[in-house]
Amino acid sequence: MAKFDLNDSSVVVIVGSGAGGGTLGNELAQKGVKVVILEAGPRIENHDFVNDEWESFSQLAWTDARTTSGTWRVAKDFSGLPAWIVKAVGGSTTHWAGASLRFDEHEFRVKSTYGNLPGANLLDWPVTLAEMEPWYAKAENKMGVTRTNGIPGLPGNNNFKVLEAGAKKLGYKTVHTGNMAINSQPRDGRGACQQIGFCFQGCKSGAKWSTLYTEIPKGEATGNLEVRPSSMAVKIEHDTGGKVTGVVYADESGAMQRQKARIVAVAGNSIESPRLLLNSASTMFPDGLGNSSGQVGRNYMRHMTGSVYAVFEKSVHMYRGTTMAGIIRDEAANNPKRGFVGGYEMETLSIGLPFMAAFLNPGAWGRPFTAALDGYPRMAGMWLVGEDMPQETNRITLDPRVKDKFGQPVASVHFDDHPNDLAMRAHAYKQGAAVYDAVGATVTYPTPPYPSTHNLGTNRMSEKPRDGVVNKFGQSHDVKNLFVSDGSQFTSGAACNPTLTIVALAIRQADYIAGAMQKKEI
Amino acid sequence: MREVDRRSKHSRRVFLKGAATAVPVVAVATSVAVSIEDAWADDSSTLSPATMKTLLKVARDIYPHDVLGDSYYITAIKPWDGKAAKDASVKSLISDGITRLDQNARDRHKVPYVEVPWEADRVVLLKEIEGSDFFQKVRGDLIVSLYNQKEVWPRFGYEGSSAEHGGYINRGFADIDWLPKA
Repeated sequence: MAKFDLNDSSVVVIVGSGAGGGTLGNELAQKGVKVVILEAGPRIENHDFVNDEWESFSQLAWTDARTTSGTWRVAKDFSGLPAWIVKAVGGSTTHWAGASLRFDEHEFRVKSTYGNLPGANLLDWPVTLAEMEPWYAKAENKMGVTRTNGIPGLPGNNNFKVLEAGAKKLGYKTVHTGNMAINSQPRDGRGACQQIGFCFQGCKSGAKWSTLYTEIPKGEATGNLEVRPSSMAVKIEHDTGGKVTGVVYADESGAMQRQKARIVAVAGNSIESPRLLLNSASTMFPDGLGNSSGQVGRNYMRHMTGSVYAVFEKSVHMYRGTTMAGIIRDEAANNPKRGFVGGYEMETLSIGLPFMAAFLNPGAWGRPFTAALDGYPRMAGMWLVGEDMPQETNRITLDPRVKDKFGQPVASVHFDDHPNDLAMRAHAYKQGAAVYDAVGATVTYPTPPYPSTHNLGTNRMSEKPRDGVVNKFGQSHDVKNLFVSDGSQFTSGAACNPTLTIVALAIRQADYIAGAMQKKEI
Repeated sequence: MREVDRRSKHSRRVFLKGAATAVPVVAVATSVAVSIEDAWADDSSTLSPATMKTLLKVARDIYPHDVLGDSYYITAIKPWDGKAAKDASVKSLISDGITRLDQNARDRHKVPYVEVPWEADRVVLLKEIEGSDFFQKVRGDLIVSLYNQKEVWPRFGYEGSSAEHGGYINRGFADIDWLPKA
């Protein structure tokens, strides 16, 4: 395995090892580029994952201090936990459920499609679906997405069968077990899904794609990739010419180190990535690195989410099997007649009893609450995930008071739902309940959003430097050798789960970076 | 469908061993349910037995599950005694909270909280203090201390860890048999 010198200024330093950073690291390493990945969390291999929700949360979740504000309910119920993401090698690809969907054509052109929506800071992406299609294809092949590349769909579990039966009764047409980056048959040295459940707790069998046991070891095998776990980036440095020169980070012992770099790529998820840029402010970049637009940290999106759980007369045991292998896509299109722009997906979801108690209706108590939990074995569940509107005021800032153990201001997350988000959620709750009512639900529970798993948009792509932070390749408008490689570069969120698009963008970015390096442009 | 055996495997013996190790042998030997049920509270070191018993009632009233015996709730609330021993502010949080609740109960019903006969009336008393630090801390703690007991899970038809059993691929992940034909 490679080990690079701290003073080796020829390396690309990537901050983060998840869908964006882990993929970019491997892709560059495959092309012969030397890469150091700084990962804030420890390296925990998949056989050490645990099928226990709270224990796994302690093992994997990012629980460092953050603050929250805004009218979203998460700020009230989970004020210190705005996001449920991972601090470990592999990032949130350890925790993700595997849903791998392409954006629709219009979802790259939201300003043109939706027009002027008061309060929404809409912008078209500087890239189109046609441009992205070959990269989506590469990502699907890399990740082994079901229903692509001749890979069969996963078998439906009990929770899916309830969803499917209700959807068909309701007249929905596009209902199946999803496009999942979970092996339905052995592939790429990994086995088929054993229907363990606990997809969110890290896949013990390795059937689910995660950079932890795909991209990262493949990159390491080239001799060009070094991953440094428990290494928390605190500042990106630059020279007087305005080019970045390296990253200061706290190593495993807490000691500060400085890794020199030819290029720096930030992939720490949409809360930490803007935080790092803002914490890297200097005389030359007083508002934060790469922030001449003032858009760093703004336009924070987290998807319109919510869940519907339903109880039936007879058992379902929704927790058995793949968590999210089930989807209804009929509401994903843009159909403003419903009273909102954009669309949403309905995807099967189950959580275990401990998390059901914590998330079904946070703060609730008494008989109405316990009656719901008493129905747990007879419960089916779905997640509602839809496009939320980017708003300038939904934003990651540096908390003026709270600092981390290295003395750096922590991220403060402000979020208010846009009226369009609220209208979409109300519609989705109604339709979700209707699906289950169609097959005899005795009661349905419209469950509020969990701490955010899809964090997007805080370093967005734009054609013009004044509208966003990075260009169509994730390259900073202000600093040529600075890149953003995670979901924070999303110009808008689309209805679907973001990981496939993050991976496709990372593959494309690696191609661009390697080309630019070869041409000595950076 | 493969149903989950929801009968209690949480025997009194296990409970006594696990949660009340200091119960005198004589109390066990009597095998009189009432005395055993009472013994757990006498085991507390910092909070009074009366406080612990009221806390048990409060826990049951916050998250009432009639299929669960007291032992699960006792397991959930017992750690408060240890926390109170370590931290005086926790001790006063719990003691003062219970004192206030008892006072409100006496004002309204002429009896302490545990003796208010109907759950609905006790819930009114809890509603009055819902915003208090005492209530919120006790409730928030219960969400984990009650529902994260592995012994509780089968009572709710939840099977817990599955990887060591080979997942559900051969254990009923798709065995639902009552849905209408699609």
